[in-house]
Order: sequence, then structure tokens, then C-alpha cells
Amino acid sequence: MALLSLDNVSVTIGRLHPLDGISFDLDRKEILGIVGESGSGKSLTALSVMGLLPLIGGKVTKGAIVFDGIDLVSLPETDYRRLRGKRIALISQNPMTSLDPIIRIGAQIDQVSQLHLGLSAVAAQARSIELMQQLRIPDAATIHGNYPHQLSGGMKQRMVIAMALAADPDLIIADEPTTALDVTIQAQIIQIMVDLVRERGLALMLITHDMGVVAQACDRVVVLYAGRVAEQAGVADIFATPKHPYTRELIRCIPRHGQAPGSLKGIPGTVPSVMDYPSGCRFHPRCAHAQAICGTEVPLLEQKTSGRAACHLTEVLAHG
Amino acid sequence: MTTLASTEFASSTLGKVLLSPRGGLSALCLAIVIICAVFAPLVSPYQYDIQNLPLANREPSWAHWMGTDEFGRDLLSRIIHGARTSLTVAVVAIGISVAIGMSLGAAAGYFGGLFDRLVTAAVDLSWSFPEILIALILIAIVGPGLGSTMIAIGIAYLAQFTRLTRAQVMALKNETYIEATKNLGAGHFHIIFRHLLPNALPPVIVAGMLATGNAIILEATLGFFGLGAQPPTPSWGGMMSSGTAQIFIAPWIIIFPGLAIAITVIAINLFGDAIIEALDIRNRLRDA
Amino acid sequence: MVDPAGDNIATVRHLTRVFTSRRGMFGPKRTMRAVNDVSLDVPRGKVTGVVGESGCGKSTLARLVLRLIEASAGKVLFEGVDLGTLPAADLRKLRRRMQMVFQDPYSSIDPRYTIRRALLEPYQVQGVTIDAAAARLRIDELIAMVGLSPRMADSYPHQLSGGQRQRVGIARALALNPSLLVLDEPTASLDVSIQAQIIGLLEALKNDLGLTYLFISHDLSLIRYFCDRTVVMYLGRIVEVLPTSRTEPRHHYSRALMDSNFEPDPNRRKVVNRLAGEIASPFDLPPGCAFAARCPAATELCRRERPVLAQHGLGHQIACHHPIG
Repeated sequence: MALLSLDNVSVTIGRLHPLDGISFDLDRKEILGIVGESGSGKSLTALSVMGLLPLIGGKVTKGAIVFDGIDLVSLPETDYRRLRGKRIALISQNPMTSLDPIIRIGAQIDQVSQLHLGLSAVAAQARSIELMQQLRIPDAATIHGNYPHQLSGGMKQRMVIAMALAADPDLIIADEPTTALDVTIQAQIIQIMVDLVRERGLALMLITHDMGVVAQACDRVVVLYAGRVAEQAGVADIFATPKHPYTRELIRCIPRHGQAPGSLKGIPGTVPSVMDYPSGCRFHPRCAHAQAICGTEVPLLEQKTSGRAACHLTEVLAHG
Repeated sequence: MTTLASTEFASSTLGKVLLSPRGGLSALCLAIVIICAVFAPLVSPYQYDIQNLPLANREPSWAHWMGTDEFGRDLLSRIIHGARTSLTVAVVAIGISVAIGMSLGAAAGYFGGLFDRLVTAAVDLSWSFPEILIALILIAIVGPGLGSTMIAIGIAYLAQFTRLTRAQVMALKNETYIEATKNLGAGHFHIIFRHLLPNALPPVIVAGMLATGNAIILEATLGFFGLGAQPPTPSWGGMMSSGTAQIFIAPWIIIFPGLAIAITVIAINLFGDAIIEALDIRNRLRDA
Repeated sequence: MVDPAGDNIATVRHLTRVFTSRRGMFGPKRTMRAVNDVSLDVPRGKVTGVVGESGCGKSTLARLVLRLIEASAGKVLFEGVDLGTLPAADLRKLRRRMQMVFQDPYSSIDPRYTIRRALLEPYQVQGVTIDAAAARLRIDELIAMVGLSPRMADSYPHQLSGGQRQRVGIARALALNPSLLVLDEPTASLDVSIQAQIIGLLEALKNDLGLTYLFISHDLSLIRYFCDRTVVMYLGRIVEVLPTSRTEPRHHYSRALMDSNFEPDPNRRKVVNRLAGEIASPFDLPPGCAFAARCPAATELCRRERPVLAQHGLGHQIACHHPIG
């Protein structure tokens, strides 16, 4: 059975419906990429799993989120608190929002294992330093006593990862963990994170807008567009034979080494806003292949030759 | 067509202010005060300076709604004319403040350097004295009277607008559109008057509005000390001052001008708050 | 050093910009050389790319080239004219010929201006007399040129998406018919599908209008796709100039940048060469090669002596004691 399973999850915030029928599974020891552009609902998906939707006035109105047999949608907040940080950890985009600027960095990591694993202060510190060493932080013992502002952005993000790992969680949700970082630092962090997750057999939900990061790190991919799943498949299949026109165009938006000048076109139109999603398939106004049915009927997420896609025309396109 | 126009009005800044309960109510109060001030001779039932000693210190009645003062003058008529004095002084004074303060603040914030340091030092210095003290010192120098009250109050509030404009301009000048305009070949004049000041204006206008309320109180205080408008010109502060002698036999002489001040200032503050809400600029005022 | 044939639209020589800052009011002054002795040619009709990470000085360089900020030393020749000694009034006139597209489309248009007014501003600023009808035509033309719908002319910036705003930024830059466009990370804050649109638009405009671009980016794959020549910067200095988009980088930093760039192809996963350490502080730079602390091939020589930018083959310049290959 999958560690985490979302089945037809819809989310409402006020009068808006930013997520509509999201379904996917995440197994243990698996790295799942959630990819999409702004407004696709990828961060909201993370918040739904973390049970943090009430913070922004949202709630799950339909569907089920099951984590290791526990129904998260109906879970009381007190029980959720025991899950968060302990069994499900979050790594957010901006490390400064996860670190308290006036507490020594090591103490913040120690707290997690003291709180969730019941370790003594001494044991917690030893554990934190060991974790920091595994994250290839040089001179970990010294840095353990530093304040967040004394560290570079890349170093801070490693500390956030250490905090996430401190309670030995089963699932880590990383929301654009490297977007704020420089390219060379991003590459290091992704590499370190992926190595650690694999070594420890954790499940990782990696939320990103970057198809390069997905190709580099993930086993399986869920592509979101305008609050719905466009496609999900294994990473090799999704890049080799994308079944949804959006996925295919999105991959083509990234220039490859040696690509001919003038061949980069982008996807016409604008990324739709949650305020006015198009009818039918939400991608149809930007889709080169759209037909009458695409504007009127919502395509279902169906099993295709590889993976699942929500497109009326997959079969037509495969032969075209 | 009407519905379209009305929704457009409701979503405009003015619409948001007037349609909110406190904005609408305060606007109504202010409108009455302003109409009284502008059309004082037309709306007041008696002439404000006709003395009638036999009728002195009469309590409110149908003939004299607010009673009469120690010279038998109709109090309502004097309060209506007093609105004229108070509002004129406050508006002119704050006008002076805003005009000079915005120029100083914009120049200091935009050009920086030595000029900025001098302006900031002067602002900080005047910030450490209460406005009343500054006004009293200035009136001591130029002598009492309406004109000097305006100037004194204007200068007393100068620091506030200089500081606010400077902070706005310093924040705005780092916006990309300022750099972009510079890159088009625009000079300082264009950048300051076409971009910085128009964008800095909303919080300054609101601060000016709120300061007008305070200026009315300051004007009344100076009037109370006999330093503002000179008799027989009625001013609310001056009326209250002369009412103190009669406080036990004719308390209405001091109560009604006091109420006029209170209602006007409260209305101005509520109206200002409604504008702040409608423009969503609370942060920008606080940052300054 | 002026190119007599006029092949280079802009020539940069020994350009340096020093920023000083203090820690607190009475703290010691610290100086940072954001751009340090940079010499560079911008060939006419070509796209010259400048790539580097945060703090490498690429955005400062862009502003120095347009003299939007003053240089501490060195000079910039634009079409043979030394910008540094040009009187302010003449410089303002010359700005017609060199324009910039900014990174953040959300703040690059005055929020109180409609798109039409923002596009009219270049003419007002430059004192170009243009009657209302001609202005209207020209603005419609500009709007069409960047692929916007004519009905957007009377919108305010907050009514447009990021990509549409960036198109307005480009139209504004093109209004005065410039010959050089400096593009400072024009797509960095846009969605992937929109980024590719904008790059496509810039390519088309360059061909149609015969423009020259100086393209600043942190994204090496974008630079390699879009640019004819690539300049790699690290902590204020040029470390390598790649004459074509196919030249293999030979500086260890350029190599690391290439390796850090994940391709959208799971069959070509990178083995990340673990650069030791992080980007050094631009204050207090070491005496030798600024990259030595992170470089896998660094020797005692690198830490002691700074390598100069030298020719290694046709147009290929490298500042490294031990280049790859």
C-alpha cells in the first residue's frame, strides 16, 4: 500500500476552488516530483497534506488524503500536531521562514529530536551534529553554535533539511527547496537531499517548477496545470513520451544544449488565474491541438499506454 | 447603465470612503461644518458681533438655540463664524506645511547627501519639541494675530510632512520604474514630479487630513491664550477662553464651542481613517 | 582600442566599480569591488551573454555599460563615444540608442500609468515632438510588435500578467529605436512557459530590427541557447569568454556551472561535482584566484597569484592557471 495517497482531492478557499480532483500515490523509498507553473496548485497540495490549509482559510471539500492508513482529512488538529515534524516534515522555499533568527541554529535542530524523539539535550546535540556532517557541513560543531544570519543561503537551507530529518520522518515534502539558491548551490543541495533520502529509504515529495530538477532527481512525476492533474507517469516515460500536450510543451520550453536558434517558442497565452479558469480542459485555450470537445468537457485522468493523463486527444496525438 | 455606474462608484476610493458607515457619517458632519464656514453670513441667525447687554448670559432657547454670551451675542452665530476662522487657519496652515514639507522631504530623499543630513537633523530637532511650544515661540517672535497663527501652526507641523515625504521618496526611488525612466533619459525634474511625488501623495494627503484636526485644536489652544484671532473675530478657542469666567453661571458659553471643536476633530479623524482603509496605506504611514 | 571598422557597438575597458559600506554608523568602512577590471567587446548585431551567480557583478556591469551608475575606474565607449566624459545632457540624448529591459516586470512600470501613457513617456522625456494621431499609431505599432492585444493599451500594469508586463517593458525600450538593448535577467521572474515566449519574441525582434543584445542571466542553458558569445563572471571578474555557443568551457568554474545545470532528460543525469565551500564574500577577496577555495584543481600558485584573462585559441579567453584539457 502506498505511504501517501490522495484520491480526488478538491480544496476551497473562500469562493475560489484552487484544487480540483487531485489524485496520486507516493510509495516509501520513492521520490515523486510535483511540477507546475505559478497557480498550478503545487504548494497548496503540500499544505493539504500537511493539514495547514486552515492557516490560509482553506479546506479540503472533497476526496481523501490517506497517510500510512491514517485519514488526514478528518484528523483532529491535536493528532495532526503529533504527525507534523515527526512523521511528515516540510522544507520550504525560503529557509529564513523556517529558522528563528534569534535562536542558535543547532538549538533549533536539537529541539526537533528532543520534542519528537524524547532525546536528552546532550543526545540531541550529538545527533544534530551527526546529521549536519551527513549534509556535508564543514566544521559542524562550530556551526551548531552559530545564528542563522551568520550562514549563507545554501548553508541555511542545509540546516532546514537537517531539521526536517531530525525526527526521522517517513515523508518529506520539499516545496521549491532550491529556487532561492544559486545554480551551483542548488545542484549540491539537490544531490545531497536525494542521496540522503535514498540512503534512509524515505519518501520525498519534491515540488518544483523546474523540469531539469525533476529529470535529475525524481522517480515519478505528477504534472499539475491550473489546479488539476494533467498527467502522471514514471520519469523516463514522461520525458520520452509525454501523453498530455501541456507536458510536452513544458519540456520543450527548456532550451537544450545545442538546440537550434529560433526553435524555442514557449506556450502561447498566459497561465490562467484561479479567478477565471477556462471551461472544459483548462489548457485548451493554449493548446495547439484543441478541438470543440476540449472547451466543453473536462477530460478525466485516464490510464494511457504509460502513466495516466487527462486529455481527450492523447490517442489522436500519439498517431499524429 | 445605472448599476454599472453605481458599482464603479462603489469600487472607487471615494465610493469606498463614503459608503462605509464611519466614512459616510464623518463626511456628513464635515460637510455641515464646511457649509457653515463658507456660508457663515447666510446660515447664521444673527450677526455675530451685535452686542445686546440686557440679553447677556441667556441660556439656550428657541430664539437663541445655544444661548448668548456675556455680551448678549448669539452663541450659535458666533460658533458658525468661528468655524470659518478655525477651518481657514487650520487648512492654510497645513497647506503651508504640506507644500514646504513635501518640497524639503522630496529633495532630501531624492538627492541625499549633505542637504539630506541637514534636513533630517532639523526634523529630528523639531520632533523633540511639542508643536504647541514651537507655535508659542514663533508667535512670541512675530506677535499674535490670524496670519502669524497660520504661519506658526504651519511650521509646527512641517517636520511631520518632511519626514513622511522623505521616507516615501526614499522607498520609491529604488523602484525599477524610476531606474527605467532614468534610462529613457529623464531628468530629475521629470522623475520627481511625474513619478515620485504622485506616488508619494496618497499617504501625505491622509496625514495632512489628520493633521488638520490637530491644527484645529492647536488653533483653539492659541486662541484660548488670546494669541490667535483678535476680538471681535470669533474663534472657538477664544470663545472658550471668555467662557471660563462664566463657567458657573453660563456653562453653555464654554460647552458649545468645545463640542464644535470635538465634533469637527472627531469627524476629520474618522474621515481620515476611512481614507486610510480605502487606500490601504496604513503600512506606508506607519513606516514613516 | 576603438574598433575602427565599427564592428563593436560598445567597448568596455578596465571597468571597475567599488561600493563602500559601513557596519553600523561608526564601524570600519568595507569596500567591495562589484565589478573589477572588466574589459569586453559587444559586437554589433550579435547577442553577448553574461552569466554568473549572485554577487558576480553581472547586474552592476549592465548598469555601468549604460552609465546608469558611475564607474570607479575604466571606460565604456558606445559607438565610439566615451560615455564617462559625456555631459549629462548629451548622455540623456544618447539614451535613445541604448535601452534596457529590467528583471522585475512587476515594478518596472509606474503603477499609476496606463500602458499607453507608459509607452508615450519615452517621447516626452526625449522631447520628441509627435502629434496625438502619430503617437497613437506608433503606440499601437509598438503594442503589436511585442505581441500584445491593442485593447491592453488602456490597462494599468496591475491588470496584466508578468509576461504581458515584460512585453510592455520591451515595447518601452524599443520606442526610441535603440541599437543596443541590455537585457537584465528579463525572464528570471517569469513562468517557464512564458520565459520561452519572451525569449522567442526577443529573437524575432533582434532579427527584424537588427538589434544588438547584451543579455545578463544566471541560467547557463538559456545563455548557451540564446547568445553568440558568452562571458562568464565570478566575483566581479571575467573568468572565461566563450566565442561560440558550442565552445566547450575550460575554466573550472564555467565547467561547474555547466554541470550544475540539470537538463530535462532523465537519461542524462549529472553526477554533481561537489564544489567544496560556497561563493566567497565579495568583501575581502583573497589575493589569488577568487575561485581557488572551491576549485578541484587549485594549487598553491592559484592561491598566491591571480591568473590573467589570456587568449587560448580564437576568441576563447580564460583566466586560469590550470585550464581543463
